Amino acid sequence: MKLHKLVVVVLAVLALGPLAVAQKVEIEFWHAATGALAAALTEVVNGFNASQDLYVVNPIYKGSYAETMSAAIAAFRAGQPPHIVQVFEVGTATMMAATGAIYPVYQLMADTGTPLDPDIYIAPVKGYYSSADGKMISMPFNSSSALLWYNKDAFRAAGLDPDNPPRTWAEVRTAAKAIVDAGAAKMGLATSWLTWIQFEQFAALHDIPFATKSNGFEGMDAVLALDHPLFVRHVQTLMDMQAEGSFTYAGRDSAPDALFGSGEAAMLMASSALRARVMREAQFEWGVTYLPYYDDFIAEPKNSIIGGASLWAMRRPGATAQQYQGVAAFFAYLSEAANDAKWHIMTGYVPITLGGYEAAKAQGYYEQNPGADLAILQLARPNPTSNTKGLRLGNLPAIRVVIYEEVEKALQGQQTAQQAMANAVRRGNELLREFEAIYK
Amino acid sequence: MKGHATFSNKLLPYLLVAPQIVVTSLFFVWPAAQAIYQSLLRSDPFGLHTKFVGLDNFRALFADPYYLGSIRLSFLFSGAVALTAISVSLLLAVMAHKPIRGARVYKTLLIWPYALAPAMAAVLWLFLFQPSIGILAQALQHAGIGWNYTLHGGQALLLVILASVWKQVSYNFIFFLAGLQAIPKSLIEAAKVDGATSRRAFWSVVFPLLAPTTFFLVVMNTVYAFFDTFGAIDALTKGGPGKATETMVYKLYVDGFKNFRLNSSAAQSVILMALVILLTAFQFRFIERRVHYV
Repeated sequence: MKLHKLVVVVLAVLALGPLAVAQKVEIEFWHAATGALAAALTEVVNGFNASQDLYVVNPIYKGSYAETMSAAIAAFRAGQPPHIVQVFEVGTATMMAATGAIYPVYQLMADTGTPLDPDIYIAPVKGYYSSADGKMISMPFNSSSALLWYNKDAFRAAGLDPDNPPRTWAEVRTAAKAIVDAGAAKMGLATSWLTWIQFEQFAALHDIPFATKSNGFEGMDAVLALDHPLFVRHVQTLMDMQAEGSFTYAGRDSAPDALFGSGEAAMLMASSALRARVMREAQFEWGVTYLPYYDDFIAEPKNSIIGGASLWAMRRPGATAQQYQGVAAFFAYLSEAANDAKWHIMTGYVPITLGGYEAAKAQGYYEQNPGADLAILQLARPNPTSNTKGLRLGNLPAIRVVIYEEVEKALQGQQTAQQAMANAVRRGNELLREFEAIYK
Repeated sequence: MKGHATFSNKLLPYLLVAPQIVVTSLFFVWPAAQAIYQSLLRSDPFGLHTKFVGLDNFRALFADPYYLGSIRLSFLFSGAVALTAISVSLLLAVMAHKPIRGARVYKTLLIWPYALAPAMAAVLWLFLFQPSIGILAQALQHAGIGWNYTLHGGQALLLVILASVWKQVSYNFIFFLAGLQAIPKSLIEAAKVDGATSRRAFWSVVFPLLAPTTFFLVVMNTVYAFFDTFGAIDALTKGGPGKATETMVYKLYVDGFKNFRLNSSAAQSVILMALVILLTAFQFRFIERRVHYV
C-alpha cells in the first residue's frame, strides 16, 4: 500500500517535473566574467535559481567587458537584447543616455512592486550608478577600489620597516628608491590601470575635479580638468621616478598585475580584486595598504572611487512583465546581506551593501584576512564631495586611451608633463563634445 | 580568354552566375552599402538618436592628425612587412631548392608557421619578448639593451613587424618554391655554359622569370599587412605605446568596438575599402601586363 502510494507520487513528479521546469520564466544574463570570477558568478546564479521556483537566470559569457557591451548593443539593434547585461563602469554614461534601451533599476523595482532601499548600499558604489538626483539606474555588482600592494621581504632587504608601509607619495618614492638601490627587487614601483588609479582615483583622494560639472554628473557639457597643477605635478613625479629608476611603466590596464606576484615589482598599485591572485602567486610575505597621497596638498585624503561593473536591465521587445519580475527578484537577491557577503569573500570585490560588510565582519573574515577590508574603509571615508562620487563622462573609454597615449609620450621623453595634460584635455574635450552632439 | 562561349538558352548564363551574385551581394555589397550609409550619420551606439551629417565624419578624420598618422604608419608598416617577408622567403626558397641533404625537412618546417592561428603565433612572440617573462627579452636586458616594448614605440613597431613577417614567410616560401620549380633547368644550364656565375645566373635568369610571382606576392603581402595583421597587433601591443603601432585597421576596431564611435569607424572602413579597391585595380593592371607564361 505504502509502496503503491510512493510509486504514484514518483510518477506524478516525473510527469510534472519537465512541465514545472518549462513553466519557469527564463532570464538571459550576459556577462564578462572569466576564471575564478566566472565560477563565483555561476555559484551566485545557481543560488538564486535554487532559492525559488519561478525564475531561471541563464548566465551567458560574451567576452571581455567591451565585447559584452558591443554584443548587447548589436543585439538591441537587432531587437534581441538580453534581460540583464553586465557593463563596466566606464560604459555607464553611454548606457544611461540610452533611455529607450535600458530599464532603470529604480523604475523596474517600482513597476514590479519590489522594495528598494538605496540606503543599504555603500555610498560610493551606489553613487557611481545613480542619476544626479540620487535614483539608482543600474544594479551594483562587482566593485573594487585600488590599493597599494607591497612586498614585505623586499622591504626588509632594503632596510625598510615592513609593518610601516608608505602613506604619502614622498614616502613611496623614498621606499622605491631604497629598494632599487639595495637591489631588493627589479622594480621599486609599478602601477596597473594607470588612468583609473593615477588620475580618476587620484583626483577623488585629493578632492580635485577630474572634469567640471561635478565630474559630469550635472550635465553633458562638462570639460576635463586634467590641467590642474596637481595632475601635472603627479605626472612629473612619475617621470622623475622613472628617470631615477624607482618607477617602471609596464603597460596599460591590468598588464602590470603579473609583476607583483612574480616578485619583480616590490610595490604595485592595483585593484583590490587582485587579492585572490596575489594569494595564489606570491612566494613571499606581502602587505597591502591605502593609496598614497601628497600630504602637502591635502592633510586627510578623501574617499577613493570604484571600478568594476554593474548590471543593467534592458528593454527587450516582447519581454513579459513576469520576466521583469524575475530580473527584479534577482537584483533583490544580490542585495541580501548574506549573498552579498558570500560574493565579496569569494571574489575579493567589495560588498555592495553595508549589510554585506557587517555579515563578512561577523564571520570573522577580516580578522583571518588582514587588509581585506581596506578597500571598503578607503571607499567609505567620511565627508564625500562632488569630486569623489565617481565619473559620468561620455566616451570615457576613449578618453582613457587618450590619457594613456599622452602620458606614455611624456614618459618616453617626447613631451613635458604640462604638455601631456594640456593635450589630454584638448583631445578629451573633443571626445566629450562629440558625445554631447549626439544627444543635442 | 579569346572568343565567346555560346549558350542556346538565353536564361542559362544568368542562372549560372546567380549563386555568385547572391553571395557577393549578401556578404559584400549589402554590408558595404551599410558602411557607407552609417558613415554619413551621427548616432549613439544603440541607434536611438540618429542624425544625417553628410561628410562630417570624413572631414573630422582627415582633420585629425592621429588618423593621418595611422595612414602613414600603415604604409610604413606594410612596406616593411612586405619587403622583409619577400626577401627572407626568397632567400630561403632558393636555399631549400638546392639539392641538399634533408631538403624535404626544411621545406616542411618552413611551411609550418602558416598553419598556426595568428593569435597563437602572437602568444609565442609574447613568450619570447614580453619584458618581464620573455626569454629573449631577459637576454636582451642582460646584454644591457633596455628592452621594454610597452614603453618604446620603435621596439613595439619592430616586434609587430617581426611577428607579422614570420607568419607570412611560409606563404611566400610556397609560392617562390613553386616558381623556382617551374623554371626549366636547361635555361640555367645554358647560362652556366655561357660562363655565368651562380650569382649572375640568379639575377639575370631566375629572378626575372620569378617576376610575376614576386609581383603577385608584393600585392598579397601588402594586403596582408594592411588587413590580416590585426591579430598580432591586438595580442602584442594593442596599438600602443602612444599610437606607435595603431594601423588603420586597428584604429577602426578601437573606435568602433572599444570606444563605440560606430559612425567614425564606418567612415574609416569606407576609406579602407576605397584603398583595397585601388590596390586590387593596381594589381590587375600590372599583373596582366607583366605575366607571360614560360
